[in-house]
Amino acid sequence: MAEVKLYGFWPSLFSHRIIWALKLKGVEYEYIEEDLSNKSESLLKYNPVYKKIPVLVHGDKPIAESLVILEYIEETWPDNPLLPKDPYERAMARFWIQYGANTGAAFSAFNRGSGEDQLEKAAKELLESLKILEEQGLGDKKFFGGESINLVDISYGALGYWFPALEEAKGVKVLEPRTLPRLHAWAKNFVELPVVKENIPAYDNMVAYAMKRPARN
Amino acid sequence: MADEVTLLDFWASPFGIRVRIALAEKGVKYEYSEQNLKNKSALLLQMNPVYKKIPTLIHNGRSVCESLIIVQYVDDAWKANAPFLPSDPHQRAQTRFWADFIDKKVFEITKKIWTAKGEELEGAKKDFIECLKLLEGELGEKPYFGGENLGYVDVAFVPFYCWFYAYETCGKFSIEAECPKIIAWAKRCMKKESVSRSLEDPKKVYEFVLELRKRLGVD
Repeated sequence: MAEVKLYGFWPSLFSHRIIWALKLKGVEYEYIEEDLSNKSESLLKYNPVYKKIPVLVHGDKPIAESLVILEYIEETWPDNPLLPKDPYERAMARFWIQYGANTGAAFSAFNRGSGEDQLEKAAKELLESLKILEEQGLGDKKFFGGESINLVDISYGALGYWFPALEEAKGVKVLEPRTLPRLHAWAKNFVELPVVKENIPAYDNMVAYAMKRPARN
Repeated sequence: MADEVTLLDFWASPFGIRVRIALAEKGVKYEYSEQNLKNKSALLLQMNPVYKKIPTLIHNGRSVCESLIIVQYVDDAWKANAPFLPSDPHQRAQTRFWADFIDKKVFEITKKIWTAKGEELEGAKKDFIECLKLLEGELGEKPYFGGENLGYVDVAFVPFYCWFYAYETCGKFSIEAECPKIIAWAKRCMKKESVSRSLEDPKKVYEFVLELRKRLGVD
C-alpha cells in the first residue's frame, strides 16, 4: 500500500479530525508536525493554494482541506463506513457537516472577543447556532451517526475538548447542560471514545494554548 | 413510483442555476418554483428552516438544501447517466477541493466587485483575477474541468458566467483580457443545452445588480 503522510499542527482541531478518521479506518500513517511560523517546503508544495495544514499525502498525491480529506479517507478505505449509503441520508450528513463549517465565523468572533460586551454578543450568537444544531441536527440520537460515530460527529468533535478549553480561557461558558443538554451530553460521550481520548492534546495544554495565542483566521 | 421534484429558486441566483444545470444534465423532470425573497413563502420556510434560502430541492416530499450538497445529491440519486464526479478517489478529492475554493473564496470576492468602490474595489478585482488564474491552471488543456464532459466544478462555476457582464460593467474591467481561457471554457459550456437553458441573460442580471446596488445604497 502506498505511504500515507499527515502534515498537522498539534493544537489544530482540523488536524485532530484527520487523525481520528485514519485511526478509525485502521490506516497506518506518518505524522509530520509543522511549525506554522516556519512552513516547510513540503507543505508549500503540497498545498500551494492555502499553505495550511492539515494536508494528507497518499503515495505522492496531496489532498488539502480537512472536510475534503475526510471524504477522501471515507472513499479510499471503505471498511467501517463513516457516511450513510442512502443518497438522502448522505445529503443530510453533508448538510450538518457544512453547517458546522459555516459556524466558523461565530467561533472566531468568540475567540477574538475582548471585553465583556463583545464576548457576550459572540457567546449569544454561538448559542443560537448550537441550539439549531442540537434540535434539528442531533435530536435525540446518541451520536450524529446514530449508535456509532460518523463524519458528522468527527466534524463537531472540537466541541468536546477544544471549545471547553477556549471557554475556560475566555471565562465564558456556552456549551452547558443547562443551555444545551443534549449537545453537551453528546460532547462528553464523544470525547470519552478511546479513538478520540487517546488522540487529542492534554486539556491543560489546550487551555494554555488558547490563552496565549493570537486569534487567527 | 414517479419522482416528484420541485426546485425552490430565484431566477438570478448562480447557486440556483447550479441545480438547474445538474437536473438538466440528468434529464430530471421537475417543477420550477420562483420564490419571492422579500416575502418568503411558507413552503420555503418549512423546507429550509435552518437557512430559509434558495435553492432548496424537494424530492418526493423531502428537502435538500445548500447548492453543492443538492448537486451531489442529484448525482447520487440519479446515478444512471452523466456522473458529475470522477471515479478515482484522488481526482474526486481534487474536484471537491476546487468546488469548495469557488464557494470559499470566489463568491465573497465577486460580491465586493459589485458593491465596493475605490481601493476596496481594486483589491477585489485583483483577487478575482488571481482566483480565475488558479482555476485556469486547474483546467489546463482539458475542455471542461470534468475532462471530456461537464463535471462538478463546471456545474459549480459556470453559473457565475452570466454575472460576468455585471462584474465587468460595475468594476470597469475586462475578464476576457486577463483570463481568456476561462471565457473560452465558459463559451464551450454554453454550447450545452443544460447550461444555455439554465443561465440567465447577462443584461437582465446587470439590471438586477443595479437595483440591488440602489437598495444597498452603493450608488
